[in-house]
Amino acid sequence: MPIVMDADRMARSLARIAHEIVERNRSLEDVALIGIRARGVPLAERLATELEKITGVRVPTGALDITLYRDDLGRPDGPQPVIRSTDVPFSIDDRLILLVDDVLYTGRTIRAAFDALIDFGRPRAIQLVALIDRGHRELPIRADYVGRNIPTSRQQSVQVRLREIDGRDEVEVEG
Amino acid sequence: MIAPATALRTRHLLGIQDLSAPEIQLILQTALAMKEIGTRPIKKVPTLRGRTIVNLFFEASTRTRMSFELAEKRLSADTLGMTTSGSSVSKGETLLDTARTLEAMAPDMIVIRHGSSGAPHQLARICRSSIINAGDGMHEHPTQALLDAFTILERKGRLDGLKVTIVGDLLHSRVFRSNVLLLTRMGAEVRACAPGTLVPLGMEALGVHVTRSLREAVTGADVVMMLRLQLERMRGLFLPSMREYFALFGLTPAVLEHAAPDVIVMHPGPMNRGVEIDSQVADGPWSVILDQVANGVAVRMAVLYLLAGGEEAGER
Repeated sequence: MPIVMDADRMARSLARIAHEIVERNRSLEDVALIGIRARGVPLAERLATELEKITGVRVPTGALDITLYRDDLGRPDGPQPVIRSTDVPFSIDDRLILLVDDVLYTGRTIRAAFDALIDFGRPRAIQLVALIDRGHRELPIRADYVGRNIPTSRQQSVQVRLREIDGRDEVEVEG
Repeated sequence: MIAPATALRTRHLLGIQDLSAPEIQLILQTALAMKEIGTRPIKKVPTLRGRTIVNLFFEASTRTRMSFELAEKRLSADTLGMTTSGSSVSKGETLLDTARTLEAMAPDMIVIRHGSSGAPHQLARICRSSIINAGDGMHEHPTQALLDAFTILERKGRLDGLKVTIVGDLLHSRVFRSNVLLLTRMGAEVRACAPGTLVPLGMEALGVHVTRSLREAVTGADVVMMLRLQLERMRGLFLPSMREYFALFGLTPAVLEHAAPDVIVMHPGPMNRGVEIDSQVADGPWSVILDQVANGVAVRMAVLYLLAGGEEAGER
C-alpha cells in the first residue's frame, strides 16, 4: 500500500505549519498546543519544538482524550473505547488554543474536542492543525493548518505512524 | 504488571468473583482517567446523557450511595433513588415485584444494595438492565474492593507482592470477601486477623493466612485494612466486650510500629473510633481513609462507563 508521507516530508510539513502559525499569530504569548490522543499528542510536542526554534518561546502543551464526548457511545452497535488520561496543566481561559490531530476525516472527533475544551474554560479562539486532511467531512469543520491533503475513498483507511508511538514516521493509505 | 482487557465480558457487576485480572486492570486504568474529571472546573462529561440509573438501597448507606450518585451525575446520567422507608417495600412488596415494577420503567442500570446475599444476582436473571452490586448481605461489595485497590495502587504503585493485612469482623464482612478475591487475584499476599468467633470457614482455600495475634498480622505489612464490627448482623454472643476487643484487636500507633515503615491504613467506613481503630491512627499520617472516599467516585464512574457500552471495543 502506498506510503504517502515519509519521515523527511513529515518533518518539513511540521516545520512549515510552525511558520504558518507564527505568520498568522503576531505573538505566541497566549498560545497553547493541545494534542488529541493518541497521535495528536506527540505532534503537538513536535510543533512546540518547531515554534521554539523559530521564536525562542516554548508554548505550553496538553493532551486531550475525547472518548467521553464521542457521539457514538452507547449505540447498540457502538464501540466502548478504552479511556486514556486528559492532561491540560494550564488554564485555557483567554488563550489561543491550537488543537492538533493526526487525521482530519468526518470532523466528529473535532466536534467532541470542542465540547471537551469548553469544559476546561473559555479560550479566546481555537485553531485546528491536522497532519493529514483526507476529506469526507460530516460536519462543517475545516482545518486552519494542514500538512497534506490526501484524497481517499471512505473504504480506505489512513494510518499515521509516529516514532514516539510506532517506532517510525510515515503515513500509509490502506485498502 | 498485568495487561488490561479492552472491555468487560459481562453487562453486570455482581462480584469480584466474575472478574479476571485483566478486567480488574481495565477498571483501575479507566478510573485513573475518570479521576482527572474531578479536578476540572466543570466536573461533568456528557457520556451517559439520556441514560437512566436507579439506585435501589434496601440497607442503610451514606458513602456508597452518595458516591454512586455523584459518579452517575458526573457522567450526566439521570438518576432515581429509592430507599426502603417511604417506598412500596415498607408496604410489603417483595424484591422481585419491586424489580419488575422498576423494570417496566426501563432503566439502563440498577445499582442495588440488599441485606440478602445473592439479591443482585436474582435481579440480573429477571431484568434487562445492567445490575451493579453495591453490597449484598455477607457476600460481596465489588466497587469497595476496586476503590481500595485503586487507593493502594495510587500509594504503592503495585498490588503484586504487597503484604495486605485485614483486621476485624471478617465473618460478616462483604468488603473482606471482595477484597480477598481481588487482592489474591492481583498477586498480593493477604493476611487476616480476628477473634475466633469472627473468622469464616474456608479461609485457607482462598489463600488467606489467618491469625489471632494482631501484632503477628501487622508485622511487615504494607497495607493494614481495618473493618468495623457489624453489631447489627451479630445475633448471639461473639465478643465479651468492646473494651476487650479494642485491647486485643484495636489498631494503635504502638502496634503499627511493627508494620513496614511506609505502611498505609485503610478503613471502608463507617469507623468506630476506640473499637477497631484508635483516633491517633485514623487521623494520623498513615491514614488514607479519606482518599478511599474520594477515589470511590472515580472507580464507580469507570464501572458505569464500562458497563454502559456497546458490544466490543473499537477505534474510530
